[in-house]
Amino acid sequence: MSGVLNLSIAKDVDVVRARQQGRELAAKAGFSSGDQTVIAAAISEIARNILTYAGYGEMSLDVQTNGDREGFMVVARDQGPGIPDVGRAMEDGYSTSGGLGLGLPGAKRLMDEFEIVSVAGQGTTVTMTKWRRLTS
Amino acid sequence: MEVPILKQGHYLIASIQSALTDADLSQLREALIERVGRFRARGVIVDVTALDVMDSFAVRTLRDIAHMARLRGSETVIVGIQPEVAFAMVQLGLTLKGIATALDLEEGLAFLDQPVERLGDKRTPGGPRP
Repeated sequence: MSGVLNLSIAKDVDVVRARQQGRELAAKAGFSSGDQTVIAAAISEIARNILTYAGYGEMSLDVQTNGDREGFMVVARDQGPGIPDVGRAMEDGYSTSGGLGLGLPGAKRLMDEFEIVSVAGQGTTVTMTKWRRLTS
Repeated sequence: MEVPILKQGHYLIASIQSALTDADLSQLREALIERVGRFRARGVIVDVTALDVMDSFAVRTLRDIAHMARLRGSETVIVGIQPEVAFAMVQLGLTLKGIATALDLEEGLAFLDQPVERLGDKRTPGGPRP
């Protein structure tokens, strides 16, 4: 199962579209409806972060098989100002935008793997994966 | 997409029909708070049955609606959170603490009817006069 979906995130409708397409792709790949919801919620948080902090960015959604498991991978990239203190940004309730401060730590809890790389003045990349076991 | 708001007795019912953008959610908040005054509503029900995802912005907006409506003398109940949505919300750390929720529209209406009944109890003979 392949076919990377590349989405640009520039407006609030793009956030809705990203999570809908994420859900669809996850459904097609055989993820449970619970996992589809979890993936869609994580996509929503990360896509909104792009809008709030960078204004524009790109998100790619992909499904890859690795041995006996299948991974739904989300890569979100922006060329925004970057996160000065990634450690703090990963804490629950910490926000510099007046939000709830649950976007990044929440998305991390929702997904199985989560990595964030941010360079001041260059941007932020979030890579996250949700796994499911393939049954033969 | 604009969310239809129905008036039923003393209550306003906002029934979300499809996925909402942040702008739609903010618009719903403004519309509800304005209508609480215009229709002198005692209760607000937001039906989220059709939402297949609730993220932090949606939850923050619902929370704001409940707090603003309370400041305007109206009680809010969020109804219809789907089981999978509830699961994802808890993982995200979103709890709607302090805000009334009910399983569905019927339960939500029953909840809003309660305080009126309690007030009625106080007025039973022998009870304290309001």
